[in-house]
This record gives sequence, C-alpha cells and structure tokens, in this order.
Amino acid sequence: MRLTKTIGIYAGSIIFLGMCVFASLAWGSKNVAFNQVIHALLNNDDMSFAALVVRERIPRTIFSIMAGASLAISGALMQSITRNPIADPSILGINMGASLFVVIGIAFFNIHSPQQYIWLALVGAGITSVFVYFVASIGNGGMTPLKLALAGAATSAVLSSLVSAVILPRSDVMDSFRFWQVGSVSGATWDSIQLILPFIVIGFITSIAVTPALNVLALGDDIATGLGINIGIIRMICAIAGVMLSGATTAIAGPIGFIGLMIPHAIRLIMGSNLSGIVPLSAIGGAALLTISDVLGRVIGSPGEVQVGIITAFLGAPILIVIARNAKVRAI
Amino acid sequence: MIQTTHTMIQQGYMKRKNRLISVTIMLMALTICLCATMLLYGKTNYDVHTVIRVLSGEQIQGASFTIATLRLPRMLCGLLAGLAFGIAGNTFQTMLRNPLASPDIIGISSGSSIAAVFCILVLNMSGSGVSIAAVISGILVAALIYVLSKGSGFSGGRLILIGIGIQAMINALISYLLAKAAQYDVSKALRWLSGSLNGMRMENVPALCIVVVIFGMTILCLTKQLQILELGDDFATTLGIKIHVIRILLILSSVCLIAFATPVTGPIAFVAFLAGPIASRLVGPGAPTVLSAGLVGALLVLGADLMGQFVFSTRFPVGVVTGILGAPYMLFLLIVINRRGQA
Repeated sequence: MRLTKTIGIYAGSIIFLGMCVFASLAWGSKNVAFNQVIHALLNNDDMSFAALVVRERIPRTIFSIMAGASLAISGALMQSITRNPIADPSILGINMGASLFVVIGIAFFNIHSPQQYIWLALVGAGITSVFVYFVASIGNGGMTPLKLALAGAATSAVLSSLVSAVILPRSDVMDSFRFWQVGSVSGATWDSIQLILPFIVIGFITSIAVTPALNVLALGDDIATGLGINIGIIRMICAIAGVMLSGATTAIAGPIGFIGLMIPHAIRLIMGSNLSGIVPLSAIGGAALLTISDVLGRVIGSPGEVQVGIITAFLGAPILIVIARNAKVRAI
Repeated sequence: MIQTTHTMIQQGYMKRKNRLISVTIMLMALTICLCATMLLYGKTNYDVHTVIRVLSGEQIQGASFTIATLRLPRMLCGLLAGLAFGIAGNTFQTMLRNPLASPDIIGISSGSSIAAVFCILVLNMSGSGVSIAAVISGILVAALIYVLSKGSGFSGGRLILIGIGIQAMINALISYLLAKAAQYDVSKALRWLSGSLNGMRMENVPALCIVVVIFGMTILCLTKQLQILELGDDFATTLGIKIHVIRILLILSSVCLIAFATPVTGPIAFVAFLAGPIASRLVGPGAPTVLSAGLVGALLVLGADLMGQFVFSTRFPVGVVTGILGAPYMLFLLIVINRRGQA
C-alpha cells in the first residue's frame, strides 16, 4: 500500500514535470502546436519555422529543469541542517553575496566570461552563507527563524549597497548587471549548461548520499551523535552541497528566489518528513515549478517575457507569509 | 539609610537627565555646524558674511544662485529627510523591541520606492505626482503588512517576517521595472533607489517640513507611551496605555514620515536603521531617544552627503556613502544584538 502510494507520487510528479517541459517547448511569444513540437523533436532535419522555435527553447528548458531542481534541493538541505522552516538561498542572502562578487569581478577584474562568473558566484555564495549562519547562531536560543531571516535581510541590505557603490559610476556594468539581477533562464546556452553540469551533478549525488544521515540528524544533535553520526561533518557537507547547487545556478540565471522555500514545504505536506523522499521529489517539484513559472512569464509578458525570478517571488512570498502566520508566535 | 538611598536615586536621575540634555545639545550644535558647512563649502567657498546676506534676501552675483538655489535646498532636504528617517526608524525599532526591525529592512520603505520607481520609469513623471503616489503606496503597503501580521494577536516577530516577505516581492518588481526600462532612465532610477540629494529644489521643502514637524511632534509627544510599549503589551495595558490606539498612531506617524521623505531623497540606506541604536548609545540606557535619533539621522545624511560630494574622485550619492559606512557598524550591531539574545 505504502509502496504503491510512493510509486504513484513519483510517477505523477514525473508526468507533471513532463507536461511542464512540453508546455515550455510549445508556449511562449509564439505558440507551436503540440504535434509540430513532437515532429520537430523527432526529425532533426525539420527546418520549418516552428521547429526552429522549438529547438531554440530546448536549452532554456533544460536549464530551468536543472536550476529548479538545484534550488529546491539546496533549500531542502538548508532547511534541514539549520532546522529552520524558512531557510532558503534568497532569504539567507546567498544570492546577494554571489551578485556582489560577480559585480566586483565585472567592474575591477575585467571578467566577462561565464566560466569565471561561476567561480566568483560560488565563492561569494559560500562566504555569505557562512557569515549569515554564523551571525544568526550567536546568542541565546541558537538560531531561530527570526534571527536567521533578519541576519539574512540585513546582510543582503549591506551587500546591495556595496553593489550599487560598485556599479553606479560605471554605466556599462550597470547595464549588464540589471539583466542578470532579475533572475532569468533566458540567457541559458548549451555552453552554460555544460559549465554548471559538473557542480550540479556532484551536488545532487552528495545530497542523495547524505539523506540517511540527515534523517538521523532530524532527531536532534544528541541522538544523532549517539547513533554514531559526526554532526559537524554532515552539516558541513550539506552546506557545501547546498551552496554549490544554488551558487552555480545563480551564476548563470541570477538570483531566483523562493523555489527552495516553497517546494520542500509542499513536498513535506505530501510525503511526511522523511528526507529520502523529500530530496528527490523536491528536485522534480522544483524543476516543474521553475519550468512552469518560466512558461507563465513568457505567456504573461508576450511578446517579451516576465523574468522567472519575478514570477517565483510572487508565488513564493505569499507562502512565506502563510508560514509566518501559521507558526506559533513564540516559535518565531 | 532611607535618606541616602533616596539621594542616590535622585543623583542618578539627575545624572542621566544631565547626560540626555548635554548629548542633545551637542547633537544639535553638530547638526548646525554641518548645515553651515554645506552652505559655505563647495566648488567655490563663500564666507559667512556672504551666506548671511544671501539668506536675508540680498542678490549677489554668482553667490545667490549657488547658495540659494543649489546648496540651501540640498541642505534643508538632507536635514529634514535625516530627521524623518531617524525618528521613524527609531520608533519602529523601539515599538517592535528589535533594533533590526527598521522600516528599510521590513519592507515599509520599499512600499514607497516601488511607486516612485514606477512613476519615474513607466509614467515619466517627476515632482509632486511621484511624491503623492509614493506616499499612498507606502501607507498601503505598511497597512497590508500590519493587517497580515495581526492574525490571532499582534506579534512583532510575525510582522518582521511578513515584512521581509513583502519586501522580497516588491524588490522583484523593482528589478523587473529596471530591466524593462531604457538605459538612460536606469541610472536615474538606480541613483534615486540608493538615495541621493542631487537636484533638490526649494519646492520640495515646505511640504516635507510640515510633515516632519507634525508627525515628529506627534511621536515626540508619545515618547512616554512608546517607552512603556517597549516593556511589552501586558505591562503597557496594566499601566493604563490604550495599546492599539497608541500603536496605530505611532505606526501611522512613522509611515507618513518615511513615505513623505522617501520620494524626495530616495530611501537613503541605513539611516533609519542606524540612527536609533547610535542615539541610544549616546544618551545611555533607558533615556528617551526620539529627538536624539532624529538628530543622529540628520547628522548621518548631511555628513555622508558632504563626504560623497568631496572625498572621492567620483561623486557618489549620499545613500552609497551611508551604505558603505553603515555596513560595518550594522554587522557589529547584528552580532552584539544576537549575543545579548534580543532578536
């Protein structure tokens, strides 16, 4: 019974993801009929306009699957190691950290290639997350959701004023930065996908591998230590994997918020709190959500597009508000 | 025995009162000095005599334009905006019992910003239309945050979290508008977004002045109630405070201060956030900080604007300077606050 339910959920979510992917290939400022999409995918020599449109959309679709999955897993990992329901790359200020480093790279070190962005973004994301985590866990009562959110928001504010100090005198940097800052998957190319693929694969494998340990960690530090888990190392591995996933995505797409917040919560509602289910399903769910948000952005903004970062913020912020409203006052 | 305790308490009280008064006077003197510097110093320096003659209405070739049209509005706007941000920020921090809960972090300033950015970039408006729109949307967003955080009983923590959520949403919208806009307008909007005193005109001053006086006075009159509110709702009720009325009055006044000042200068980073904690360090624990927070706010804005104009090779808008100067102090504050376990 349980097994059939699990299989059902997996099958259902994969089918849903497939539908999202199909929608992403078919819809946009020009809608392509479904049979033409299939035709274009199956016949490489189809040179009709519709087929070219569909092929143009393939990289961004693949990228949005990867980005959505990475962000959702990263959120799930961060929520479980911080034991904090609102941990998310965007709330922790990781996106701004990556932004600042990328901007400094563009402005002072004349860096213009994505290969170099990605390292800068990873370093920036890493430093910021360590810092925010450190600041939020000082003091009595350890790290509460409120402290984490405030530390993240405050750090973001600091970083964003540093970003504007760097870009204001340089209008060329300002121009390329404002497009990156919105958070969009439209800039994805085969090259950029190849570039972040290793990071994402390593991140995925690590996070699947640590889920049993994370499940034990959820019982509390004392029990976990008693059961022979080195909690420090597990936390660190998870943090590295989470930062790698979100940092690599951010380097290409810019800051896309709230996927990591929403998806693990939704999955937890369906699946319960077993992380070995949450992590893979979050990946599928995150991929589906980001893909469908991107489609939505293209349909709403037609003939241009509304960048996906804006759509996810509008879907995600209400969820944060609901979580905040439902949480017990003292627990915040 | 009783007599000595009594005199000790009285001495302590006098000491704290003297400290409050002397600090306030010092801050006022410093503010006046900076105001004078802003009028005297610049590309061309004028002597005190010329400035006084210009201010009393005399026409002097060259000096009149520079001082009366360029420097005076800049100085007045900086002063008033600084007062407004300082007082409003301090009120929120005190009321929510959290030094990190300043309007620029919990989404209230961004409510004004989005309307102003929309007016600048999409409707190509400027002047009073922008201000009115920013005021209305600032108040609406603040009301939304307050209503959403009401739920079953008011909670400061919930208000902060919801504010951060709303802020994220509004920031996404602002980025979208920036990405859509023409390149020429972007630098204007971005400059405004980080807070700038460039291009201030005398027309901006009267309205802002009236608002600062009215709502600043309101908050100043409610200082006692504000201090009692800080003790917690239960205490405040027992001590005979109508908490809902007072809280709404305080929030409304602070939001109006923010909402009127923001469209004029832009949300100058960290002024609202830093003024309160700095002021309470200066006047000492337990003393009322409303006036001194306002003065510290004004000092921060004026000082940072002077630095932004003359210290660096490129002219930075005031908000960038306050951002960079404020950053280390803010991080220090974060660590101290968390260590004390207030957040």
